[in-house]
Amino acid sequence: MNLRRDVFQAIADPTRRSILLLLAAQSMTAGAIAANFDTARPTISKHIQILTECNLLHQEQSGREIYYHFNPKKMKEIAEWLMPFAKMWDDRFNKLETVMKKYKSKK
Amino acid sequence: MAQKTKIDAEDGKQEVQIEREFDLSVELLFKAYIVPVLLEQWMGTKVLKLESKKHGSYRFETIDNNGNVVFNANGVIHELIPNHKIIRTFEMENAPFGVQLEILKFEKLTDHTSKLNIHSIYESVALRDQLLALPFAQGINMAHNRLQDVLSNLK
Repeated sequence: MNLRRDVFQAIADPTRRSILLLLAAQSMTAGAIAANFDTARPTISKHIQILTECNLLHQEQSGREIYYHFNPKKMKEIAEWLMPFAKMWDDRFNKLETVMKKYKSKK
Repeated sequence: MAQKTKIDAEDGKQEVQIEREFDLSVELLFKAYIVPVLLEQWMGTKVLKLESKKHGSYRFETIDNNGNVVFNANGVIHELIPNHKIIRTFEMENAPFGVQLEILKFEKLTDHTSKLNIHSIYESVALRDQLLALPFAQGINMAHNRLQDVLSNLK
């Protein structure tokens, strides 16, 4: 039985989230991904399969190797995907305001 | 507290607009971008080099708590008009994100308030989406690490 996969199910698992983070920075082979975890290789393969089935990952054949890519387009189906980016800038700008107010009062 | 920063990232485009109003004069806001010791404080990065002038260049280095270099970034300043505009490139070193062009517009609203608009243009739609999604990927991973910390403390 193969349950219908969706992105929410995919990111509900911490190992799968870690795999996504790894691949957000670079594309990797299944072996290279598995090397980052203590978990058994078949378990990691299963996680990669689930992520691929719901299109969060793309496969690309390069010679004998299959490389996995992160697919940000699919990530966008998660409504809040842009919020951490906005929050990162908001936090940064709040800090800028605090730093410059302090600088002004010292003058 | 509501976020004061507006992000405009239209689907299928390779650009982003970031806009924010500040309770600071435009002079102070601009200074935050051109004085190394000030920029270091709010960006949380070390400034290795910052030549705040036309055709100048800059290089940042971010170090974690253990003294390891997390990332380096650099770029060239194409245009710098005090209290009005900075046009520069930005590139993370040893990262597959390409280079981005940033157009920063500083605008005076009143004597004590100002507005900043950052227009970033990426090499492709895919690279833009990847960079925008990065804090999301990091965020869910950090939440997961915090959860792990809590659980391991319970043991």
